[in-house]
Amino acid sequence: MKVGVVTFPGSLDDRDAARAVRAVGAEAVSLWHGDADLKGVDAVVLPGGFSYGDYLRCGAIARFAPVMDALIPAAQGGLPVLGICNGFQVLCESHLLPGALIRNDHRKFNCVDQRLVVENASTTWTSDFEAGQEITIVLKNGEGGFVADERTLDELEGEGRVVFRYAGDNPNGSYRGIAGISNERGNIVGLMPHPEHCVEEGYGPSTDGLPFFTSVLRQVVSA
Amino acid sequence: MGHVVIDVMLKPEILDPQGQAVNGALPRLGFEQFTDVRQGKRFVLTVDGEVTDEVLAAAREAADKLLSNPVIEDVVSVRASDGETTDPGQ
Repeated sequence: MKVGVVTFPGSLDDRDAARAVRAVGAEAVSLWHGDADLKGVDAVVLPGGFSYGDYLRCGAIARFAPVMDALIPAAQGGLPVLGICNGFQVLCESHLLPGALIRNDHRKFNCVDQRLVVENASTTWTSDFEAGQEITIVLKNGEGGFVADERTLDELEGEGRVVFRYAGDNPNGSYRGIAGISNERGNIVGLMPHPEHCVEEGYGPSTDGLPFFTSVLRQVVSA
Repeated sequence: MGHVVIDVMLKPEILDPQGQAVNGALPRLGFEQFTDVRQGKRFVLTVDGEVTDEVLAAAREAADKLLSNPVIEDVVSVRASDGETTDPGQ
């Protein structure tokens, strides 16, 4: 199985994302922002970082990169896509996921081991979790506040598309404590915390990031 | 050269942490009369020649497509500028 990892100018966590892909026995394929070519991959990770310097709005310029011209229709057609942090922002700017991410309400950069509740364990990227399971992974960003209008929030809740919710104190002012969401089909998932940093003992607070990658592996292999 | 000025503001219901930071600083400078601050963005687009209706229409399209995010922001104004306030040399 091949998982593509996109590198935009200013991507930061593409190497760690590729490492996480290899940690579960899949092949990591580098995808370049300037090429409208997905190289036949079975899934894609949009990594964290500060694409295009976060100028204009986080993810706003990356959304129009040539690779996104190939990725957007593929994702709409069912290709598994995981957006982490800046990748989540790119997915929202692309309208592949609803809502937007704004500056943390306390205006400080967060860098913490964050507890999350897995609310939906049936998406392509979360099927190796149990619904209601609590996990701890790294959260590090300045603009992680998830916002959307009330109707969209109700829709997300009603359809089980709130995939992750912050446990304990809300770290950034996200509406309804939302840390990650999915599209209706469950193949596209975005979240602010970083599973790719939590796949090896001795690095980070846990290995709770591994099930993200084993989930997609299992789904693609059984598809 | 002609200029088009585009103003974008966060929607009223969206929290504006930057505006709040500025709002917190004003009273410390003695500006006690202001009860709230909202911070927005201004874009100045330059074209060769005059700002025609076609140019304005293209600017509106750019404003909707790239310069603003309709989930959180409103394009409050797209207009031709007389250039006085937009010359980068000033």
